[in-house]
Amino acid sequence: MTTDATLTTEGVAPKGEGRVLLIACGALAREILAIKTANTLDHLDLQCLPAILHNHPERIVPAVRDAVAKHRDAYDQLFVVYADCGTGGQLQAACADMGIQMVAGPHCYSFFEGNDIFAAHDEITAFYLTDFLVRQFDAFVWEPLGLGRHPDLRDMYFGSYEKLVYQAQTDDPDLTEKAQDCAARLGLAFERRFTGYGDLKKALTTIT
Amino acid sequence: MSDEEDDIILSELNDEDLVAQMFDDLYDGMKEEIEEGVNILLERDWAPYRILTEALVGGMTIVGHDFRDGILFVPEVLLAANAMKGGMSILKPLLAETGAPRVGKMVIGTVKGDIHDIGKNLVSMMMEGAGFEVVDLGINNAVEAYLEALETEQPDILGMSALLTTTMPYMKVVIDTMVEKGLRDDYVVLVGGAPLNEEFGKAIGADAYCRDAAVAVETAKTFMARKHNQGAAAV
Repeated sequence: MTTDATLTTEGVAPKGEGRVLLIACGALAREILAIKTANTLDHLDLQCLPAILHNHPERIVPAVRDAVAKHRDAYDQLFVVYADCGTGGQLQAACADMGIQMVAGPHCYSFFEGNDIFAAHDEITAFYLTDFLVRQFDAFVWEPLGLGRHPDLRDMYFGSYEKLVYQAQTDDPDLTEKAQDCAARLGLAFERRFTGYGDLKKALTTIT
Repeated sequence: MSDEEDDIILSELNDEDLVAQMFDDLYDGMKEEIEEGVNILLERDWAPYRILTEALVGGMTIVGHDFRDGILFVPEVLLAANAMKGGMSILKPLLAETGAPRVGKMVIGTVKGDIHDIGKNLVSMMMEGAGFEVVDLGINNAVEAYLEALETEQPDILGMSALLTTTMPYMKVVIDTMVEKGLRDDYVVLVGGAPLNEEFGKAIGADAYCRDAAVAVETAKTFMARKHNQGAAAV
């Protein structure tokens, strides 16, 4: 399996097997492969874009367009495994323009819980981490925000947040402990919420 | 060279070198040095408004350009902003006393459901630096909060900010309510935030989308100049 560091900066190239290519966020690679294996979705191939695009939503649409252009002719169908992810509706518009379907929802935090359930929580002061983001907390949160060099900036970033919600896709006590530590470092209360794969599983298992 | 030999005594610099050093200190986010520089210039009888525009805003403009060009990143901009805030806190009461020119007035706030305020705070600070009076409503503002502030503060400009795709449509709720109440044309409405773009700004009926704090200031100034010219033409 590709390392988290590689998923963060490089992503994963497709294997060239299967009729349908998933063009996905690298932060979802493990979860997609777990769903694929558990449900014998052999018709799905996977390309992951670098997960760090999570921190640069303005780069997601061009990266997806490039991937579509590169692989379109080699597969019967392409499917984008991103939600809106901070693109302000532009990814949805691009997918509609290219005639490609994508996962519904504002972001992975929402589709992991289930979009309806997430919306019903109406939690505006929660900061979310998934399994991947807990493992890559330093690369996605601590370092880009400069908190190692400038810990005094913490409250400027997180002063309005109240809690860190760890959305657990798997039961892993070590990850839970690490997530608790992340909450402590950010000065936030901690809550663990087991989500499993939520709407992501539904989306992938309905691709024919 | 030892650190001691490297130390620069701000009070020993002439005005030109001191302002240049303050640009560097702002760039490096050195709040105490900026506060010291401001106090030295005040002692040298610089008008507060001159210190603000020439030393602080001038330095912060460089920071803004380097952020736009990908040379500086958010942490460095926040440190610079924090340093500028230190200088501003000394100057603000003095600006009021000395009758510094006021370019216009802005009410600004992050929309309902959204607690993100870093961009908004940068805009507020840069607008103040550019001579605007700013009333900051903070985060998570419902339409009623905006309307109340418009009525009580009578600003020239309403600024709205959002970081989330899920909250940015609320800007349209505010603008539509202003239209319903016949207030829309009384104010310039500027919007900003990471997921927004120019097309969205137009679609919701804002006057302009502002990509960053520097653009917000320039856009606000342009609208104020236009308003001034319209006023002059009507006389």
